[in-house]
Amino acid sequence: MAILETQELTYTYSIGSPFEKTAVDHVSLKIEEGQMIGVMGHTGSGKSTLIQHFNGLLRPTSGKILLDGKDIWEDKNNIRNVRFQVGLVFQYPEYQIFEETVYKDIAFGPKNMGLDDNEIKRRVLETANDIGLSEELMERSPFDLSGGQKRRVAIAGVMAMEPKVLILDEPTAGLDPAGRDKILEHIKKYHERTKNTILIVSHSMEDIASFADKILVMNKAKLFCYDDTVNVFARADEISKIGLDVPQITKVFGELKKRGLDFGKEVFTVGYAKDLLIRRLKEREVR
Amino acid sequence: MKNIIEIKDLHFYYEPNDGDPLPEDVLKGVYLKIKEGEFVAILGHNGCGKSTLAKHLNGILVPTDGKVIVDGIDTSDESKLFELRQTAGMVFQNPDNQIVSSIVEEDVAFALENLGVPYEEMRKRVDDALKAVNMYEYRMHSPSQLSGGQKQRVAIAGVIAMQPKCIILDEPTAMLDPQGRKEVLAAIHRMNREMGITIVLITHYMDEAAACDRVVVMDKGDIVLDDVPEKVFSKVEKLKEIGLDVPQVTELAWELRKAGYDISPEIITEEECVEAIQKLFS
Amino acid sequence: MLKDITIGQYFPGDSLIHRLDPRFKIVITLIFIIMLFTGGSFVCLAIGAVYTLIAVLLSKIPVKMFIKSVKPIMPFLLITAVLNLFLVSTGDVLWKWKFIKITSDGIDISAFMMFRIILLITGTSLLTYTTSPITLTDAIERLLSPLKKLKFPVHELAMMMSIALRFIPTLIEETDKIMSAQKARGAEIDTGSFMTRARNLVSILIPLFISSFRRADELATAMECRCYHGGEGRTRLRQLKSAPRDIAALAVTLLFFGAVITVGILLK
Repeated sequence: MAILETQELTYTYSIGSPFEKTAVDHVSLKIEEGQMIGVMGHTGSGKSTLIQHFNGLLRPTSGKILLDGKDIWEDKNNIRNVRFQVGLVFQYPEYQIFEETVYKDIAFGPKNMGLDDNEIKRRVLETANDIGLSEELMERSPFDLSGGQKRRVAIAGVMAMEPKVLILDEPTAGLDPAGRDKILEHIKKYHERTKNTILIVSHSMEDIASFADKILVMNKAKLFCYDDTVNVFARADEISKIGLDVPQITKVFGELKKRGLDFGKEVFTVGYAKDLLIRRLKEREVR
Repeated sequence: MKNIIEIKDLHFYYEPNDGDPLPEDVLKGVYLKIKEGEFVAILGHNGCGKSTLAKHLNGILVPTDGKVIVDGIDTSDESKLFELRQTAGMVFQNPDNQIVSSIVEEDVAFALENLGVPYEEMRKRVDDALKAVNMYEYRMHSPSQLSGGQKQRVAIAGVIAMQPKCIILDEPTAMLDPQGRKEVLAAIHRMNREMGITIVLITHYMDEAAACDRVVVMDKGDIVLDDVPEKVFSKVEKLKEIGLDVPQVTELAWELRKAGYDISPEIITEEECVEAIQKLFS
Repeated sequence: MLKDITIGQYFPGDSLIHRLDPRFKIVITLIFIIMLFTGGSFVCLAIGAVYTLIAVLLSKIPVKMFIKSVKPIMPFLLITAVLNLFLVSTGDVLWKWKFIKITSDGIDISAFMMFRIILLITGTSLLTYTTSPITLTDAIERLLSPLKKLKFPVHELAMMMSIALRFIPTLIEETDKIMSAQKARGAEIDTGSFMTRARNLVSILIPLFISSFRRADELATAMECRCYHGGEGRTRLRQLKSAPRDIAALAVTLLFFGAVITVGILLK
């Protein structure tokens, strides 16, 4: 069964004012449990508005969001509970850190859930481990950490709520390559342990290619496509037409195809490209 | 051509608080010369000292030891500070935190107002600068109505209005979306090509570096590689070791070479990669 | 949402009133306020009302915007009116119950006060509706510039004002974002007991302060890079030039002021 589902979800800003704008327009989709999903779309495509509906921060103008088959707005008083089940990590989440120790900041969400101290401790330490923060950092002030570490503290703060669905809005924005790889690697590790559903918003299709089972693309407030990664990359041309960046390697193989060198496969990672080319070159040698 | 920037044995550390031990150098004896009109990228992971180096180029920081000379001005010479800052303009990462005024054109005029440029000339320089970054039609807008890429171009216009010989950009695209990045990079390349302004672009996007004349790689407070992009990126192992990436096409070529195929290690563009693969299969 | 709040309440436009030199507009508004307070009779206020009405019509700003501007102070107005109504004891007694009485003077005075305050609000709103906050700041700086001789930091104050204006939208957006982020971690901000709400407010204020300091620090560096060194020797892109229409507007205002004073003397 789908863990999250939207039915004809529509959201319009500032209704009745000259700034009225429909940010999400009749979007219907089903997100299966346990998958890792990449979310793409350029600024203003409605992707940020869409994800803020998943945990009830925004209430749809029309349409529904179902969590585990239940309309999340059926009981308004339950919305806080929905936020614990669908964790949302905003862009540049390190700017929301406020506690005096790393431990306390990660514990903020679990504490708000009303858990007992032992359970909070277990969760904080387990997620800290997943995200690669060592135990001796726990009593340090988060403000003394490096930028990448702060970011991981903030992400751990949401992970520690152990949400069924974890949504991260550009978790690697502004980081250097090493910091970016580290964060993605730790998110994958968390995914392997918990098997929870994860949605990651990213502008970098190269990053998305490295983890996503499925890709969701938003364009001009509408759902452009939502499909398996391979199928989405097969539409690389259309995707670059709506202004999104396709991995360099996919572009290279697209160009090769145009020049008559068709490998019959969608290529979106360097590793795969290498294996494919070497295999084909070996086949030629045999012939 | 003459050197516009000359850095000699630059050492720097942040002054410790009273009683604290002397900290480790952030910059450990950097030597660098940049020619007039050059477009140089400085690459390095966070904390390698590249931003600290940038801040030395217009006197925000002055060397603990060694010398930084920009267009003949010693950056430690306080009497020439304004002259230095007009010569070497700075653009920072966060576009929001460098725009002073609520109206675009007034922000672009900010430096000129400070320098006491007379009205007629100021008007012309502001308009020209806005046109140069394609933001003229937004001159009466408020910065809060603009996208990140547009704000960053306004910041660049504010620097161009000073008519600098050199612009230093400290990760100007790190906070932008792909569209904003393209706009800003196009503007920077135009400055270099059409106005002959020397560009020092600090970045950790490899594709941005690949499009420059020269790439300087920093690690642990010193320069470790300094060459044309083809040569720098061909050192895939070295770059990976210090936590940097290479463009995907370079990595593919390197992998194929490692597997024993005859392919140039100096591939940095898609076109070069396509042609090299075609050659392998011909 | 916080984003929907408009600050400064400026309505961009190109009417005669919009185009007046902001320095003149401030001076005119001051004269208008004095006019309202020197006029001691209904006739004087009627003259003021005519003046205000002409100005409002010339500004081409919908009248309902002015009604809106009076609304928030309506409770205050009513309380003043009621107090006047019951506390003024001179004049003919119209109605009496135990020790409470309403007199003709009471009605006169409370109506007069309400009328005067409504005109006052409408007139000053006209200034802020037709002048952007940044222009206003600029005009104040220039009007106060003689005070520089007395070592009064006119430029610095104006600079602080304009930077504050510049960052209000940025900080509102940021507050919105931090609030959402903490809500996503289960912080109750609109619901819950007073204590939890107060505690949760801390989770918003601390990040907001930290980020404001960071912004201030970066902005200061950026300003230094663009050769900022205080107000000395600065030239300005924005040129304020008074036109004949400014003189005309001032003259008309003084004419009305004169009328109010004359009527006041004649009625005595």
